This record gives sequence, structure tokens and C-alpha cells, in this order.
Amino acid sequence: MTKSADLDGFRAEVSDWVQSNFPSALKGFDLGADSPSEKGVSGEFRAWRQALADKGWGTPTWPKEYGGAGRSDPEAKVIRQEIAKAGAFNPIPPMTGMGVTMVGPTILEYGTDEQKAKHLPGIASGEVRWCLGLSEPNAGSDLASLSTKAVDEGDAFILNGQKIWTSGAHISQWCGAVVRTDPKAKKRDGISFVMLPMDQKGVETRLIKLISGASPFCETFFNDARADKSDLLGDLNDGWSVVKRLLQHERQSQTSAPAAVKIDQEPLQEQAKRYVGTLEDGTLADPDLRLRVVENLMDAEAHKLTVSRITAEAKGQVKVSAAASILKNSMTRVAQTKAELTLEMMGNQGIGWEGEQFSEEELRSVRDWLMGKAMSIYGGSAEIQNNIISKNILGLPETTQQG
Amino acid sequence: MAALTEEQTLIKDQATSWASAEAPVSKFRAMRNEGTEVGFAKPTWDSMVEMGWTGILVPEEYGGSDLGYLTFGLVLEELGKQLAASPLFASAYVGATALLLAGTDEQKSSHLPRIVDGTEIVTLAVDEGPRHAPARTAMEAKSEGGKHVLTGSKTLVLEGMSATHFIVVARSTGKVGEAQGLSLFIVSADAAGLSRRPMKTMDSRGYAELSFDGVEVSDADLMGPAGQAGEVLDEILDRARAGVGAEMQGVGSQAFAMTLDYLKTRKQFGAVIGSFQALGHRAAELFAAMELARSCGEAALQEIDAQSNSVAKACSLSKAKVGDFLHTMSNQLIQIHGGIGMTDEFDAGLYLKRARVLETLYGNQSYHRDRYARLLGF
Ligand SMILES: Cc1cc2nc3c(=O)[nH]c(=O)nc-3n(C[C@H](O)[C@H](O)[C@H](O)COP(=O)(O)OP(=O)(O)OC[C@H]3O[C@@H](n4cnc5c(N)ncnc54)[C@H](O)[C@@H]3O)c2cc1C
Repeated sequence: MTKSADLDGFRAEVSDWVQSNFPSALKGFDLGADSPSEKGVSGEFRAWRQALADKGWGTPTWPKEYGGAGRSDPEAKVIRQEIAKAGAFNPIPPMTGMGVTMVGPTILEYGTDEQKAKHLPGIASGEVRWCLGLSEPNAGSDLASLSTKAVDEGDAFILNGQKIWTSGAHISQWCGAVVRTDPKAKKRDGISFVMLPMDQKGVETRLIKLISGASPFCETFFNDARADKSDLLGDLNDGWSVVKRLLQHERQSQTSAPAAVKIDQEPLQEQAKRYVGTLEDGTLADPDLRLRVVENLMDAEAHKLTVSRITAEAKGQVKVSAAASILKNSMTRVAQTKAELTLEMMGNQGIGWEGEQFSEEELRSVRDWLMGKAMSIYGGSAEIQNNIISKNILGLPETTQQG
Repeated sequence: MAALTEEQTLIKDQATSWASAEAPVSKFRAMRNEGTEVGFAKPTWDSMVEMGWTGILVPEEYGGSDLGYLTFGLVLEELGKQLAASPLFASAYVGATALLLAGTDEQKSSHLPRIVDGTEIVTLAVDEGPRHAPARTAMEAKSEGGKHVLTGSKTLVLEGMSATHFIVVARSTGKVGEAQGLSLFIVSADAAGLSRRPMKTMDSRGYAELSFDGVEVSDADLMGPAGQAGEVLDEILDRARAGVGAEMQGVGSQAFAMTLDYLKTRKQFGAVIGSFQALGHRAAELFAAMELARSCGEAALQEIDAQSNSVAKACSLSKAKVGDFLHTMSNQLIQIHGGIGMTDEFDAGLYLKRARVLETLYGNQSYHRDRYARLLGF
């Protein structure tokens, strides 16, 4: 009883603060589409980001000393809700690339005090963007077969090799990379996790264009790139356990609706009514589509209820868990199916690429649909998540190669 | 599992150990083999009464413990795992709910204590045709001068052969297909003009067909104003749906457990079959579906307890999602067990047959998808 009363008090405080600090000029700013970086944003945007950072509310559960606010999960939820309610947004996570969702939590767990003090405040304030160099042309799902080499050169490691699919590498200041530090050891035993600045001679990035037309990621080349030894995260040759943890954080961050879904988005059924029309009894004019729309809405609701059930069971302290694999796949299914349904109901208007015959919403739907195909590939593909569930949750044996 | 109170955890644990010790599926099988008309074993039912489960929904003033729907759902789920047969759901859950929501003070104080002590079995009689369709009620209730004459028939009445009383949906006004004009009556099973005969179903439980040939009841047997029961009937049915959902979750999770166990032990091609990725992935998908269904099922019971205003939506979501899971799960239960799954001697078939019956009760998945869409206005 007292607890929720406390939370109500906190809610009022947050609400007041957001009301008086969020610049109304930023209402309607599309975070998802505009993937903001420090250079391209207005003074108002920067002021809002700074105000949030000063409160520590961009990363509310992080310790105060590293730029967070030392808040509990339920309090963090209140902050999220009040920001959304005011039509505002938290620009800090997207401005840091992989910083808030993946790198930060992993540094909090594995970092030395020095590393925490050096890297976390820049992430918490939204000023430093991070990318992750995990995948290589020959190491995707089978990440441990990576071959980028790092050689010990006294104070630093010297990196040589190629990474691929590095999201945001071209606009990031820092990269967390997995590299091979012991070529003679078994696959998973000779890997280390290093952090290195992107702005150096030995690092080169090339943009890769996607089917959606956007270029959110890169090929990244290391040619004698330097990573300071003090920026080795975790123990030497123990990078695999760091990465496993990092990937758990990644799945966790992909279990709720993607940032691109706007709060005030028109519900799917209303959109359907607009394009397809209704029969006399008010039902959708296309009964087959109606059925599939309602199934998608039910799946979305089931997903939401599962997220809150897992939160309730964990008594408000959500630890990164195996359940994240279930949630990642279910979120993916809901989002991809929704995108397919949206195109389908738009009919001729749902196939546009550019031009004024198509509304902005229609063009956006096409791009989102294409971009959404990545959800079942990155962060461990849908198949890999199923492997994790069957092995780690259900205790089934490792898959036989012949299977 | 929802975050449970201490009391709920106790009751759940009690139900788990009681069901596996006193009412395991082998007992259900034995009863089926003997073939009883009522479809349950008397001693099993008596000990449920003794443990107080019949009072979970009933307020203390009527002899119950008033612990709510989530708590009852926990018990139903555990019983579902063992296919334990009894009138607990039909009477202490649905019957008691109908009385609590629609009954007069006199009706409540005369029937609720007897539901709790097991001397009465009160069950709802709603459907008349092959599909769940409360608005299609045709049973006629001709009313004049404090008397009502019921004529028509009811089908698939739960525990209909053992019931002492029926809560009957009848039409006072309006046409078949209209939601308006319905009334609820509580009718004694030995009323003149009322006859029943057993309906043998694939799940070997006790259902009856009822025939009302000018059955006379008085105003005192009318629950609420005549012709205006449509709304409260919906509320009763929603609670019933959430309860069926809880049992379905139990049947499904037992089917999952049996399947997983088999995947880990059955060897073919020199390996346990669970090491084949096609089956490992199927297990992963079934598990995910089970977890998502559980969230919907528990949410429905919690919303009923919280008297939220979206109970209808939550209950349709529950019936549809848990139903979808159970449908797929019960089919996979057979498929993954191969030939053994097809034999009557193995339990899988009992679960499959119970699954289909539970799916149809109070509206199957497509009924509830349609209803959910209507509730959302499209
Ligand atoms: C939009 C986007 C952003 C990304 N961002 C980053 C980033 O920032 N940093 C980074 O390092 N990487 C990033 N990635 C890379 C991503 O993690 C990889 O694409 C992913 O791990 C899959 O690897 P792959 O593409 O090599 O596919 P492969 O591993 O070659 O897989 C091909 C197919 O085989 C299946 N498969 C593979 N192994 C198995 C198995 N054991 N069992 C069953 N099926 C299997 C896969 O599911 C898939 O369907 C990003 C990818 C995308 C699409």
C-alpha cells in the first residue's frame, strides 16, 4: 500500500517536471525515423536531452555516480509512462546507438571502476554513440568462429580484420569489438572483448544499403587499429562470456515495441476500416482480413501481458533472463505480421516507393515493412532463439548436425 | 505464474499434491472404463467439498471463503492436469457465479450454503444447438400472474445427470437471435415436466440433454427482472470462460510436460529424438505459445477479481489464446509420441479428447475472435 502511494507521489513529481521541461516545439518529433545524432538536432532538442541527463532520467536505473538516477524498475517505468503521456520522448537511448541498451549494462557488470567512470557518464548523457563489432562475413549466427585478430603490443592491442553489419559505425565514437587474442585456443576460449575509439586512422567504415533503401549499417575494417589495454572489458580470452551477456541484454531490449512505433499511432483495426470499409453490422468488409487482424491484435495483447506477468513474477526487478528469447520471437512475429497486414489492407496504396500518389504514412509503411524483416535475423535469428529455448529452458540436448 | 499471495500458493500446492495422489489420471481412466452415468467418483467429490474448494467464490456469510477467481483458477488448472472429474467447476464455479451475479437474496441464502456443503449441484443450462450461441435461445418462458411456463430443450448441460438444480436461460420476449428478452430461472431437477437423458461425449464426462415440457416455475424462481438477463448472462458466461481457460491451461501444460519428457527419453537413429532440431524447435514454439497463453488466462481471472471494465475482452482473449495453444498442443502430443500416442492404453488420447470438449465449451476460438473484434468495434 505504502509502496504504491510512494510511486504515486513520484509519478506526480515526474509529470510536473516533464510538463515544465519538455519544449512544446518538439512535439511530434519522429525519433524512429530521424535517428538523431548530435550534429543534426536543434538547440531545443539538445536542451531537452541535457535536462533529462542532468536528472539521470535518460538511464534512470543506473547508479547516480555514473549519470543515472539510481531508481528501481517500477520507478523507471513511471518515468517512461509519464514521458510518453506528455507526448515527449527520451532521446538518450537512440542517440547512443548500442550504448544504453547493450554496452552500458555490460560495462556495469564487467567493467572496472575506472572503465565505468570513463565510459558510462558519456552514455548516460547521450553524448557518446557506440557501435558493436561482433559479426564478420564468416561469423554470423556462429559468432565464435570470428577471425579478426588482436595482437598484444604493450599498452595496446593492434587489431586487423573485418567486421560487417556494424549498425551506426559511421556515426559512432566508440566500438565494442570481439577479437581473437589467442588463435591457438579452442574457438570460444581465445576471444576477448575490447573497446576502441572509431576516430582513428586504423578504422574505416563503408555504408551498406538495405532493401528498405536506408543505410543504417556498415562494413568496418581494422587496419592496425588500436585498442588501449585499459579498455579490455572482462578478462583476457574470456570475451565469450562478456558477449553472451551482451547478447542477452540485446534480446531483452528487443522484447518491447520498437522505438519507431509511435504512441499515438492509429490502431490497426481503425486503419483497416479506413481502407477496406465496413459492412452494415459494423464488421470489416473483408472477413478473412478481419480474422487475421484480430489474431494479430490478440497476439500483441498476449505479448504485452506476458511482459507484465514476467515483470510481476520478478517482483519489479527484471533480470535479463532466458524468457527474453520467447519475448523476442513473439515481438518479432507480432511486428512483422502487423506490417504485412498494413500493406495488404492498403492495397494499391501499399506498394508505393516514392512520389505524391502515396501518402507519407503509406510510404513509411512500405519502408517499415522491409526494415522489419531484419527483426528475425539480428540479435540472434528466430531459429537461434528457438535453439536457446530448447536447450537452455527445456533442457533438450544440443542439436545433432544430422537432425 | 502470476505473483501469488501466500494463501494462493498454499491452495495451489494443496491442489497439486491432492490431485496427483488422490485423483490421478489413472483414476479417471478407471472410472471411464467402468462407465458411470454421472461421470465422476463420489468419494473424489466429497473430499473436494471437505477441502473447502466449493466455497472459494462464496462469501463468508454463505459459508464460503471468498478467495476469488484467480484462486479458483489455480485449483482448476491443477485438476485439469490430471483430468480429475467432478462437479466442482459446474456447480461451485459456474452455478455459484450465476447466483452471486443474478440471484435474489433468498436464492443466494437458500442455494449458496448448499453448494458449499455439496448437498446441491447447481449447473447452468444455456446452449440449445450445436454451437455456443446464447442469443439464439429459443426456450420459451410464458409468463402470467406470477407463474412462468418453460418449454424447450437444452443440450450439453455440464454435470446434468447429477445436478439438483438448473439455472436455465429462457426467452420471455423477442425473437431467436436477439440478445434482448432473456430471463434466468432456477429450476429443481425434479420439477414436473422436466426430463433429462445422458449425453455420452468423447471426454467421458457427465453431460445431459434436458427437455422442458411446460415446466411451471414461480416468480420466486426468476433471477432478476424477466426479459432482462442478457447482460448478466454475458457476465456469468465470461467468468465461466475464464474458468474453462484455467482448466485448459492445466490440460495443455500436462500435455506439454508429457511431450517434453518423451523428447528426452525416446531414442531413434541412435539419439534422443529431442536432439533433432525440427523437434527441438517445435518444442520451443509450443513452450512459447504456452507462456503467452498463460499470461492471457491469468490476466482474465485477475481482471474478474479486480472488477475491471474490460473483463469481456480479457475473457474472450483467454478463451481464444489458451484454446489455440491447447488445440496445437494436444495434436502435437499425439504426433510426437508416434504410434504409442494412438493407443488407448496410453493417456495422450484422454487429453486430446478433453481438449476438444473444453475448446467448444462457452464458445470456441473462432467465436471468441469474432467477439473480440466486435468488442473493439470492427
Ligand atoms: C539490421 C541489422 C543490424 C545488425 N546490427 C549489427 C551490429 O550492430 N553489430 C553486429 O556485429 N552485427 C549486427 N548484425 C548482424 C546480425 O547479428 C547477424 O546478421 C546475425 O547474427 C545472423 O548472421 P548472418 O547474417 O551471418 O546469418 P547466418 O548465420 O549465415 O544465418 C543464415 C540462416 O541460417 C540460419 N541458421 C544459422 N545457424 C543456425 C542453426 N544453428 N540452427 C538453425 N538455423 C541456423 C539462420 O537463422 C538464418 O536463417 C545486424 C544485422 C541486421 C540485419
